[in-house]
Amino acid sequence: MKIQAEEIRKVAHLARLELSEKESQQLTGDMNNVLGYIDKLAELETENVEPTSHAVPATNAFREDICRDFFSAEEGLSNAPDSEDGSFKVPKVIE
Amino acid sequence: MGLENLTIHELRSKLDSKEVSSVELTRDVLNRIKVTDGEINSFVSLTADEAMLAAEAADKRIASGDIAPLTGIPIAVKDIFCTKGLLTTCSSKMLSNFIPPYDATSVAKIKEEGAVIVGKTNMDEFAMGSSTETSFYGPTKNPWDTSRIPGGSSGGSASSVAADQCIASLGTDTGGSIRQPAALCGMVGMKPTYGRVSRYGVVAFASSLDQVGPMTKDVEDAAILLGALSGHDPLDSTSINCEVPDYREMLTGDIKGLKIGIPKEYFIDGMDEDVSRSVTKSIEDMAALGAEVVDISLPHTEYAVAVYYIIAPAEASSNLARFDGVKYGHRAEGLTELIEMYKKTRAQGFGDEVKRRIMLGTYALSSGYYDAYYLKAQKVRSLISDDFKKAFERCDIIVTPTVPSPAFKIGEKSADPLQMYLSDIFTISCNLAGLPGISVPCGFSEGGLPIGLQILGKHFEEGTVLKAAHAYEQATDWHKRKPKF
Repeated sequence: MKIQAEEIRKVAHLARLELSEKESQQLTGDMNNVLGYIDKLAELETENVEPTSHAVPATNAFREDICRDFFSAEEGLSNAPDSEDGSFKVPKVIE
Repeated sequence: MGLENLTIHELRSKLDSKEVSSVELTRDVLNRIKVTDGEINSFVSLTADEAMLAAEAADKRIASGDIAPLTGIPIAVKDIFCTKGLLTTCSSKMLSNFIPPYDATSVAKIKEEGAVIVGKTNMDEFAMGSSTETSFYGPTKNPWDTSRIPGGSSGGSASSVAADQCIASLGTDTGGSIRQPAALCGMVGMKPTYGRVSRYGVVAFASSLDQVGPMTKDVEDAAILLGALSGHDPLDSTSINCEVPDYREMLTGDIKGLKIGIPKEYFIDGMDEDVSRSVTKSIEDMAALGAEVVDISLPHTEYAVAVYYIIAPAEASSNLARFDGVKYGHRAEGLTELIEMYKKTRAQGFGDEVKRRIMLGTYALSSGYYDAYYLKAQKVRSLISDDFKKAFERCDIIVTPTVPSPAFKIGEKSADPLQMYLSDIFTISCNLAGLPGISVPCGFSEGGLPIGLQILGKHFEEGTVLKAAHAYEQATDWHKRKPKF
């Protein structure tokens, strides 16, 4: 299954990445190359195999819901590219 | 004074007997960095002032008798660990101005012991790479031959230890990122069992694979540093609550009767001759120490790289969604529309390899392809884990080469991503199965480049892995050789 340039544009939109024409072309080649290699997985019969998401079995880790000190809102905003009145500031979303 | 050449355990006795002070030691280390790092480029940032203050505090602790295993020891930290008040870039333009308001648990733990953090080490951008060439801050050089890569992604953590720019360092390993550079730089690097060490405060790459570990000059130091890092952390929900043994006590030197499994799939045709010769000799050396050699098979080994390059990019594409120019890091200037701001920010902030992996992962998870790629990869991951379960019924540890060949030249593989990915062929399965693994020096190529031996163990049996690595190391002197840098 070969990826075409149109597919690359769609995936780039999903990934919120702007790609130059040159980058799109390069990525189309690279991804087809890597996915071609990955296609070897199709050799294996896996219908009755359970998937593994974590290699070391662990159940939900619950803890008591208690307040503890953490960093302040000011510290939380200290790396924000833009902020105002204790909030993160972004370009207008709603007209 | 040349104190930078010593190990943690050698320095511990010198510090505790007041033969040397942490201030003297830290000064030697900082001086060594100053003289050598212009050429090696192990560090993204240095913390010289903070280090001298920490060294003074450590000397006071030692004088009062309040001594922990790492008190006063200069340690370098991969630039993927959040360090409170200190720049943490992940070697990316995206985080080139990020100053975390908190410490990663691993960093907090070594600071509590009184370790002296000397700087943040260079890495592949967001830990995506096997050579440290994808860093926004330029490639790190291998101290054994500066025309070659140090390995990656923890390349700066490996080169800094190999070049005596620190006494030990912290790395992270998602598909070999501790063990592979350790092998290529001729030092010791260990990836613990998944869940043994907290991932809290480590910038996430692939959350089901990432693990923190020690990078050191010998196995005893690895045991000391692993002991300091290990243990349950309520802030990491995948951290496992099980007892941490005294790893150092397990270094008895006695491996009589220990069963070492040799998987035939790791000794392939066309493997580098120097690697093959060194690893074969190492197995003979371990047998001479009384270990019992058992032939085993890990039949799904050849599928590990394919599985990894679905699972790791898929998880990465999700983890790296947080870099959107809102909460921290780079933001593209002058844009009034939100989606456009996201897209331009990410286009400007990420390098080529990171974009490639985000694209691959987004594609693998996208509607219509999930079953064919992600689900399939998770199923084959089960087959790879089962291979190890079966193999470990017949042996206590598994011994393999760490990397198929010694360090390659800078630029040699950067044009071909697939060739670069295949250099991780022997280290990836260990992450997929969540096992502990170590790389120890086991020889040199004809050209004088280090070669690494990989030892894998059962879940949470780091002690057995360290014991075997230590017994082998003590019977050889590969770890004592230093680059003529």
